[in-house]
Amino acid sequence: MSFSLEVLGSRLTWTWRRRTTWRSTARTPPSQTGGPSSPSSPSSMMNQYREEEEEELFITVDHPESHVTAIETFITYRVVTKTSRSDFDCSEFEVRRRYQDFLWLRSTLEERHPTLIVHPLPEKFVMKGMVERFNDDFIETRRRALQRFLDKIRDHPLLRGSPSLNVFLTAQDLAPHRKQTLSLLSRWGGTVKMLSQSLRGVRSRPEEFSLMQDYVEQLSSKICSVDKVSQRIVREQREYVEELQQYSAPYKTQSCTRHLSSTLIPVLHDYLLCADTLKAVMKRRDNIQAEYESKREAMERRGDQEGEEEEEEEVQALQEKVEVCNSSLQEDWSRWRSSMRTDLKTALLSTAENNVQHYEKCLAVWETFLLSQREEGSEQKEEDVP
Amino acid sequence: MMADSGSNEEVAVIGNTDITSTETESNIINTMVERGTALLRKMEINKHGQLKLFQVGGAPAAPDTLWRRYSEFELLRTFLLVTYPYIIIPPLPEKRAEFQWHKLAADNLDPDFVERRRVGLENFLLRVASHPVLSNDKLYFLFLTEEKGWREAVLETGFQDKVDSRLKSLSAMFRVKNPDKRFTAMKQYSDELNTVISQLLRVRARVADRLYGVYKVHGNYGRVFSEWSAIEKEMGDGLQSAGHHMDTYAAQIDDILEEEEHYADQLKEYLFYTDAVRSVCKKHELIQYELEMAAQELISKKQQREELATGTVRVFSLKGMTSKLFGTESQEQRESRLAALEQSIQEGEETLKEKNTECKEFVQMAWQDIERFKEQKDKDLREALISYAIMQISTCKKGIQVWSNAKDCFNKM
Repeated sequence: MSFSLEVLGSRLTWTWRRRTTWRSTARTPPSQTGGPSSPSSPSSMMNQYREEEEEELFITVDHPESHVTAIETFITYRVVTKTSRSDFDCSEFEVRRRYQDFLWLRSTLEERHPTLIVHPLPEKFVMKGMVERFNDDFIETRRRALQRFLDKIRDHPLLRGSPSLNVFLTAQDLAPHRKQTLSLLSRWGGTVKMLSQSLRGVRSRPEEFSLMQDYVEQLSSKICSVDKVSQRIVREQREYVEELQQYSAPYKTQSCTRHLSSTLIPVLHDYLLCADTLKAVMKRRDNIQAEYESKREAMERRGDQEGEEEEEEEVQALQEKVEVCNSSLQEDWSRWRSSMRTDLKTALLSTAENNVQHYEKCLAVWETFLLSQREEGSEQKEEDVP
Repeated sequence: MMADSGSNEEVAVIGNTDITSTETESNIINTMVERGTALLRKMEINKHGQLKLFQVGGAPAAPDTLWRRYSEFELLRTFLLVTYPYIIIPPLPEKRAEFQWHKLAADNLDPDFVERRRVGLENFLLRVASHPVLSNDKLYFLFLTEEKGWREAVLETGFQDKVDSRLKSLSAMFRVKNPDKRFTAMKQYSDELNTVISQLLRVRARVADRLYGVYKVHGNYGRVFSEWSAIEKEMGDGLQSAGHHMDTYAAQIDDILEEEEHYADQLKEYLFYTDAVRSVCKKHELIQYELEMAAQELISKKQQREELATGTVRVFSLKGMTSKLFGTESQEQRESRLAALEQSIQEGEETLKEKNTECKEFVQMAWQDIERFKEQKDKDLREALISYAIMQISTCKKGIQVWSNAKDCFNKM
């Protein structure tokens, strides 16, 4: 509901515009002047809202379960879907998925939309000091990350309608679908290999993408620093609480450490992984541009020869592809940036709020204590008076 | 005890007027101690008004300020310990910094430590000045007024001779038969208090260390947010100002811990007080033991007299034995011995009476002081606890303030 409720203001027009450009279902473009079909008029807002209602999609990831087979042990998660969307057969689904299935979903999405920013999945393994792969903290952290992943897909205007998502959420057995796309992937992999072998690199990358690249580099290093600081704070706080236990002090402060670890740090990790995703997306975009450029050069070199028309068409198609990819990436980039800002802002706000609450609790305890001490003192004074 | 402990001495100035900063500086310049450190302090008139210290009267004109070294304080205290063994003598501040919370080596010349020591010394003098018995001591008065002649005066009292040997007091502790139960209980309480306070101070030091870490690491947020804000457009301002608040937060801990140190010092004073209480209890044991010994001796002498008079041997004595072996003594010899014994018994009875009185007086005066001390302790510790709670409340409020400000900044992102 979070996405559909944000129909106010600029989001409204943006969503609407996106739909007209990308959806396969034909829609008449709005008139630019005011009127019922203009984006900001009340009646069009109403239409929007109704359409949004029809597009509801709620996904939850929960109930991790361990499965033991002869070959391996793995965890599956229950994925529950509730929807009113027309492209789903029913309104409710419940399936079990394992991490590999999520990987499949993500790579299919990336493959179909090479220049869109697909939210990253949590890492396969966590290296540092993990003895058991499946301890409770790890499972819970992963579960939350998987939930965030699906929420991001659901919120994405283009990816949310992907048939792969549909299959992922509804099919009881994912195996046959995975086999199909396997061949697709291998083809794609082959193509990429071929391309990268023949590439000399992009000629002239449009400036906005170079800026994007620079920004991503810098952002990833800043987020890394924030993450390091946060981890240190968690450590220091944990040690502080340990020492405090010796006091049998009138207050407990475990809430501090839990919160940072469960709110801010996972978000930071997600965005660190995003940096890699972004770099990959930009690389793919570069490749597409490079492919076009090399084909065009080849054509120019050949000059007047037979089969020109076919080649011209091919080059033309590639040029269009480049343009489409560029603008889609641009759109997605600003969507991503806005989403990042919201996520980080929320996480930081939550951290600050948690700290405020912690101090408020301590304050209450000390004030109560002070009151009791003062009362005792005044009682004694009363006794002294003959 | 009297030997100067060498180079690590600071010097105290005791004055009766408010010393302005220029006076302070000139005093520092005027007096150079080996390491060039000088303590300056002002002494307030004592609370009970008993010490008419700076009154112009029959007393010779007292100088406004004089200088005292730490070793002289120690000397004064030792003198008081010996002269008033039934009084719980206020303690001096620690010689070396202990229970330190930061990992730096405890430096005796660290200005913070020196300042805290100054406060401790001032506190010591104030405690003595407000004590109903100690404040009347002449040598204490001289300590505050006679810079040059004081040391000689103290040594002249010959108080060193009165110091009980450690061996004596140890054996008393083990052999005393009927110690006053109240004193035994007091000693036990004092030992428990000592343990509790030591533990508390130790934990506090460790907790302070950790808390310091927590606050200071948040300062890193300040730096990182600031760097980050440089690459952001919409988030830049919010991040930058949030970063400032993180720096503010990190800086708060310095004041917090400095103030906490003050409360730790108050606890330390009572930690050292427990030693003083212990001394009084031990002195009681010694006196009681001597009383018991005197009584014992008297009994044994009386028995000897009886034997001598009746001729029966109940108590073994060498004289009796040898006379049995080598023949009885003559009547004259017996009478002279009896006379000597009578004399001895008389003396013994005198001694016993004295010891008895001494013991009774000691118990009475000591117990009076103990009651006074208990009251003082309860009041002081309660006040300290309340002040500590107030400090914690202030810390919490500062924390709330800073994080609320940070929240506002994040909201603007």
